[in-house]
Amino acid sequence: MSTNTQVFEGGFANPVMGAQQIFRALMDAMANPGRVFDVPELVAAPAPLTPVMAAIAATLFDHDATVWCDKSISASKEAIGWLKFHTGLELVSDPAAAQFALVKDVAAMPSFEAFAKGTSEYPDRSTTVILQLDGFEGENVLTLRGPGIKDTQDFAPSQLPKMFIDQWTGNRAAFPRGIDLIFAGREALAALPRTTRVAKKEA
Amino acid sequence: MTELATYNFAYLDEQTKRMIRRAILKAIAIPGYQVPFASREMPMPYGWGTGGVQVTAAVIGPDDRLKVIDQGADDTTNAVSIRAFFQKTANVRVTTSTTEATIIQTRHRIPETPLTAGQILVYQVPIPEPLRFLEPRETETRKMHALEEYGLMHVKLYEDIARHGHIATTYAYPVKVEGRYVMDPSPTPKFDNPKMHRSPALQLFGAGREKRIYAVPPYTEVVSLDFEDHPFEIQSFSEPCALCGARGTYLDEVILDDKGGSMFVCSDTDFCEDRQAHGHCGHLSANPAEAAE
Repeated sequence: MSTNTQVFEGGFANPVMGAQQIFRALMDAMANPGRVFDVPELVAAPAPLTPVMAAIAATLFDHDATVWCDKSISASKEAIGWLKFHTGLELVSDPAAAQFALVKDVAAMPSFEAFAKGTSEYPDRSTTVILQLDGFEGENVLTLRGPGIKDTQDFAPSQLPKMFIDQWTGNRAAFPRGIDLIFAGREALAALPRTTRVAKKEA
Repeated sequence: MTELATYNFAYLDEQTKRMIRRAILKAIAIPGYQVPFASREMPMPYGWGTGGVQVTAAVIGPDDRLKVIDQGADDTTNAVSIRAFFQKTANVRVTTSTTEATIIQTRHRIPETPLTAGQILVYQVPIPEPLRFLEPRETETRKMHALEEYGLMHVKLYEDIARHGHIATTYAYPVKVEGRYVMDPSPTPKFDNPKMHRSPALQLFGAGREKRIYAVPPYTEVVSLDFEDHPFEIQSFSEPCALCGARGTYLDEVILDDKGGSMFVCSDTDFCEDRQAHGHCGHLSANPAEAAE
């Protein structure tokens, strides 16, 4: 087998400052649900991983993190090789056993029920699902309410999982158990923690 | 300093930071819930803010401006040494001004100046579990949080009323976050509890010895527990600050002599100094004319 250098290239040029910068954007996004935070392109990973998705992975994953990847990511040897080389993550085949899930094909992703929701005693033992998107100027605008939002916040991701509002309402009802979502756009990211209430924006 | 002698940025190694960062994200997603984390030994003893220091180290970046307060003061041992620690290990800019700071690490006070959106308040927490003195077993308190079984806490507050005629808890006064988790606001005076309610700043709590991180996102409901006939009240002071004349701030008593003399001054030194610099003075100001300059 020929050596594929794609796997080894493209990590953070400055791992300490790069990870700090991406984490601050992630933390701000989690604390301000639905608000879009711009992040620079700091890493380059093989397709189908986008720079933002790969940067989040490089920021959060290591040998202590169990990660589930959807089919379109796990089908790419280069992408999986890159993730393994740069983070040392532990891949799992069962989404319910994963602390993190990477989803490229948002429309075809498993239902929210397939992921770990944590237990009543330890609701933090749940999956954080990271969705790869084109952007945040989608057609369907959602109105968000909840902690981190002063009044309301509009949120228009370009893609959403199937039956999103119903699925999310179910996720919200299980609080404090539930999954959290991170949206990795192009040069920007946003997040929806389990506390956020979501409705279709009324015209 | 030679290259060999330098620490990693902000002291912690990257794997530790990732672990803390994952815990912080979960803590923000579940407001008031205590996320266990693998707290490290820090170059300072437990009780000196090892939890807060680890949270700050995982969050801070080169663009930040750090303020550290200890009981409201910027110039006490704990505040000075933690500020020096981050100057040395992260080479960040520091400040004593509440408005200029992007990250404020605090021991047991919330600044008097209202915080703004984008600021991060990091609390040092000795005992994160509000139910710990009522139920010593971690397995039981976890279950109580899981079942939202907070009757015992109300019994404790009721016993205060039965014994003293009012709720005698004055610090570490329990709050309910977003209608779900009862949380210990760290041993801040109950005077500061209303400042947590719908604060525009992100509030992070780190308990190093007890290995817990929890958080209150901006604009989150934080309600102090009380009874309809005994509503929550904050402390009030009969006299204004002796140095800046402020009313409605939290005051410390300072002993002046061995004949029982004392004065009351703002515990928030930055707030007090700022007022004095703007010409306010109290009845014990050294030189009111000078202070007014």
